Amino acid sequence: MDPTTLALLAQIQSSTALAIGIIIGLGALGACIGIGIMGSKFLESAARQPELVPMLSGRMFLLAGLIDAAFIIGLAIALFFAFANPLLSAITG
Amino acid sequence: MSSLFHLLPRVAGDSPSEYVTHHLKHLSEPIGQGGFWTINVDSLLMAVVIGVLSMGIFWLAGRRATAGVPTKFQAFIEITIEFIDGQVRDVFHGDRRFVAPLAMLIFVWIFLMNAVKLLPVDLPPSVAKSLGFEYFRAVPTTDLNVTLAMSTMVLFLMFAFAIKAKGSLGFATELVTAPFHANGVLMKIVLAPANVGLNLIEYLSKPVSLAMRLFGNMYAGELVFLLIALLFMAGSKFMFGDDGTLITHAGGALAFLGAIIAGAGWSIFHILVISLQAFIFMILTVVYLSMATESH
Repeated sequence: MDPTTLALLAQIQSSTALAIGIIIGLGALGACIGIGIMGSKFLESAARQPELVPMLSGRMFLLAGLIDAAFIIGLAIALFFAFANPLLSAITG
Repeated sequence: MSSLFHLLPRVAGDSPSEYVTHHLKHLSEPIGQGGFWTINVDSLLMAVVIGVLSMGIFWLAGRRATAGVPTKFQAFIEITIEFIDGQVRDVFHGDRRFVAPLAMLIFVWIFLMNAVKLLPVDLPPSVAKSLGFEYFRAVPTTDLNVTLAMSTMVLFLMFAFAIKAKGSLGFATELVTAPFHANGVLMKIVLAPANVGLNLIEYLSKPVSLAMRLFGNMYAGELVFLLIALLFMAGSKFMFGDDGTLITHAGGALAFLGAIIAGAGWSIFHILVISLQAFIFMILTVVYLSMATESH
């Protein structure tokens, strides 16, 4: 491979690596804040009205799945870029 | 000395990137020329087999059902049906004769399709390899086509329920008059484009988010399983390798142990994730259908 192609490859790979970090990092940040707020509210309400715990825990798990979804989708896309970077195909063919 | 590494199923190339991309390729069959239309044979086959199997189990339970003391098998099926019927009753107010069986089909089918992921990641591809197929992805829900197809059917059902509840004229009027209501004829006409646009976005975002949520969860889980398998392979390679010092062997053993712990932990976590995602898909379908029947 000639030096120009190598330099282009390195450029794409470095920007992709940064993007993967940002996708996973910011996604995890948001999901963790969301789960934390929901968990604290759940514990609060469980302490206030313990008889509601079975009903609330089911809904908490449902919402945990919903909150996590955006982060997990981001994680899947980031991991996809880590292993099969489609942006490299412009150079490697 | 033959090492354990050579005994591991070698379905793909040596480099980690090659291994992962090999495991992410579908067994696909192009239709016609140019490859515009491709059928992912593995996803279709697994989805149909699992669907027939799950419905067959329920059909068998229905045929063998007795009013007397139920067997353990019948009791298990009854618990499943009562659980789903109870969930649907909480959300959907109206005639449940179609919605509750639909919810059960969605839950059981997606749950079993997701549960295929608890098989070792190398097992389905190596079985397919021994049968002469180069690629095989066993989990149908890690294929965006499958999840999008299911959520598109949910979208059509939403239209059908809305038309059945309000009539085709009522449904069409609602598309242009909700969510922004107006009193005068002039204001109604002015607000109509915004209403149509918002309704369009609302109707399209529902199936897309439904499909992406299930697909994203399953796909990310699959990739993490592949990474753990890579760690496992690298660890065993260094641990049992002929060359290398004591430190490389110890490091390999550590990586091997770490891969086992990580694999066990991720699998246990995934028992929660697969049932939760099947449940979310089911409950959101019921919620959407319930929203479609209620007028604004």
